[in-house]
Amino acid sequence: MSNIRKAFENGKAFIPFITCGDPDIGTTAEIVRSAVRAGADLIELGIPFSDPTAEGPVIQGANIRALAGGITTDKVFDLVVDLRKDVTIPLVFMTYANVVFSYGAERFMKRCQETGIDGIILPDLPFEEKDEFADVAEKYGIDMISLIAPTSENRISMIAKEAKGFIYIVSSLGVTGVRSEINTDISHIVEIIRQNTDIPCAVGFGISEPLQAKKMAGLSDGAIVGSAIIKIMAQYGKDSPYYVGEYVRLMKEAVSGE
Amino acid sequence: MSQSKGRFGVHGGQYIPETLMNAVIELENAYNRYKDDEEFNRELTLLLNEYAGRPSLLYYAEKLTKDLGGAKIYLKREDLNHTGSHKINNVLGQALLAKKMGKTRLIAETGAGQHGVATATAAALLDMECVVFMGEEDTKRQALNVYRMKLLGSEVIPVKTGTATLKDAVSEAMREWTSRISDTHYCLGSVMGPHPFPTIVRDFQAVISRESRQQILEKEGRLPDAVIACVGGGSNAIGSFYHYIPDKNVRLIGCEAAGRGIDTFETAATVNTGRIGIFHGMKSYFCQDEYGQIAPVYSISAGLDYPGVGPEHAYLHDTGRAEYVPVTDDEAVNAFEYLSRTEGIIPAIESAHAVAYAMKLAPTMEKDKIIIITISGRGDKDCAAIARYRGEEIYE
Repeated sequence: MSNIRKAFENGKAFIPFITCGDPDIGTTAEIVRSAVRAGADLIELGIPFSDPTAEGPVIQGANIRALAGGITTDKVFDLVVDLRKDVTIPLVFMTYANVVFSYGAERFMKRCQETGIDGIILPDLPFEEKDEFADVAEKYGIDMISLIAPTSENRISMIAKEAKGFIYIVSSLGVTGVRSEINTDISHIVEIIRQNTDIPCAVGFGISEPLQAKKMAGLSDGAIVGSAIIKIMAQYGKDSPYYVGEYVRLMKEAVSGE
Repeated sequence: MSQSKGRFGVHGGQYIPETLMNAVIELENAYNRYKDDEEFNRELTLLLNEYAGRPSLLYYAEKLTKDLGGAKIYLKREDLNHTGSHKINNVLGQALLAKKMGKTRLIAETGAGQHGVATATAAALLDMECVVFMGEEDTKRQALNVYRMKLLGSEVIPVKTGTATLKDAVSEAMREWTSRISDTHYCLGSVMGPHPFPTIVRDFQAVISRESRQQILEKEGRLPDAVIACVGGGSNAIGSFYHYIPDKNVRLIGCEAAGRGIDTFETAATVNTGRIGIFHGMKSYFCQDEYGQIAPVYSISAGLDYPGVGPEHAYLHDTGRAEYVPVTDDEAVNAFEYLSRTEGIIPAIESAHAVAYAMKLAPTMEKDKIIIITISGRGDKDCAAIARYRGEEIYE
């Protein structure tokens, strides 16, 4: 059974996204540990990419800062080795297809297994292209996480049937970033997912406030937050581990509250 | 391992967010429905002939030929099209298709501004809303084209992210498309991006070689020995090559922008310096570092200043059917001036890359050999930038 399921055994899951290397790799390690202590159930570690086409300005900025700071895929793997000394919750990578392809899919997945990564999210790898990496990911026990979007409609069951780990429901059209309102009929998407698989699903894109997170997690199995955390990191820099921790605590309380 | 749709050898595919998948599927279905539709083709041909001024001339450049002293040189004059470049061929096709699909809004990326101007033009003609994304750096290099687009009723959004050039304009147009799909068609300007774009754009640009093949047979009674075109994403080149691909004796030569040279980091010669990767919806060759981070590229030409190349070109390179050669800024500027003086034709700085290579190749060929160079666009837009390159400050 996928290790990722553990993230959903502690009530509704709260899943923070953290761009590795922003502002530096040492701070990233502290932010992750702080988020874990504050109750994060699973953490998405972003491996920066120069041209993140699915990201809004906030996460684009984090990618640029991290790359300017000299982050590389190998340094991110070193970070995971360090984290795994004490961090036991599931960890998944979120990056772009070229980062994996360029490293060599086999070599990349093997390193994921060796270092203790449980899954990978590639927002520019839709269902039609996933076979390119899925076989080798499976070989090393890495779950390729599928995304379902507001526009997926007739594709939801097809994607759900082959989904691994958890399903990432994209809440809104457009790129990542804070939104005041989410208008997509999440319940309807979840309903179709449930008809096809029993793996957990979490909602992301646009969530920043506790009430939003509570609502989205209420409709699914968890809430994913990226840009709101990256904003905290951009504001507090090296001091951000404390502030990210406080934020995660607030959000975890919100999603798990009845 | 299964291979997805839209493959050229290992290249191509559909590496895009799930949010866009139904949009590209809808586009593919619409294209398949209309591409052989008599009414659609009648309308498109009418627009191309009566509005854009096709067929474009195949001009025998006699003075150029004599001066270079080798192969006989013909110029395929895409610069004479309405809006001043080959971009209109694709844009009229896509805009008409979008209209049939019930879309009311076009978005586009542009580098030099040629595709942006063409899209803005089609939008004006077909009563569609239009938003063009252009790297902020390029809005400065091509200020006149920004004004033209606005004059035509389009909104121009300067893109400040990344290197603020064509690559970033494509990224931003893709981001915009994911946020507004139902009424919007992304009118992609080159043979790149996710399937079906490389095929659709190629088919609409193939009019170049369909005409030139017929024209050269009429004029010379035989096919050319070489066809030369500049390659950024590669739309005018694939259009210039397409109907000659089965004719193995016709050399197909794509000229990449080498910038300050392929041994420097200031280059945009993707096939010559890049390696295989996945970006902007496709697998192809890209300029990138060892970890797959897309490299900042450089060329004097805003239209060739792109770190990738269309997947069909990557395939033609892999199979050896086409050759891809680097041409530096210096060589292109020399060719820009040379063609202006010799033939009284000011080529776009993009097209000047093709002229530059022909200047090297023609003298090495026998006089009974034939070269066709595609002049993809006119060079009025480049005059101020070339003047600056030569140290002369002029005001537009």
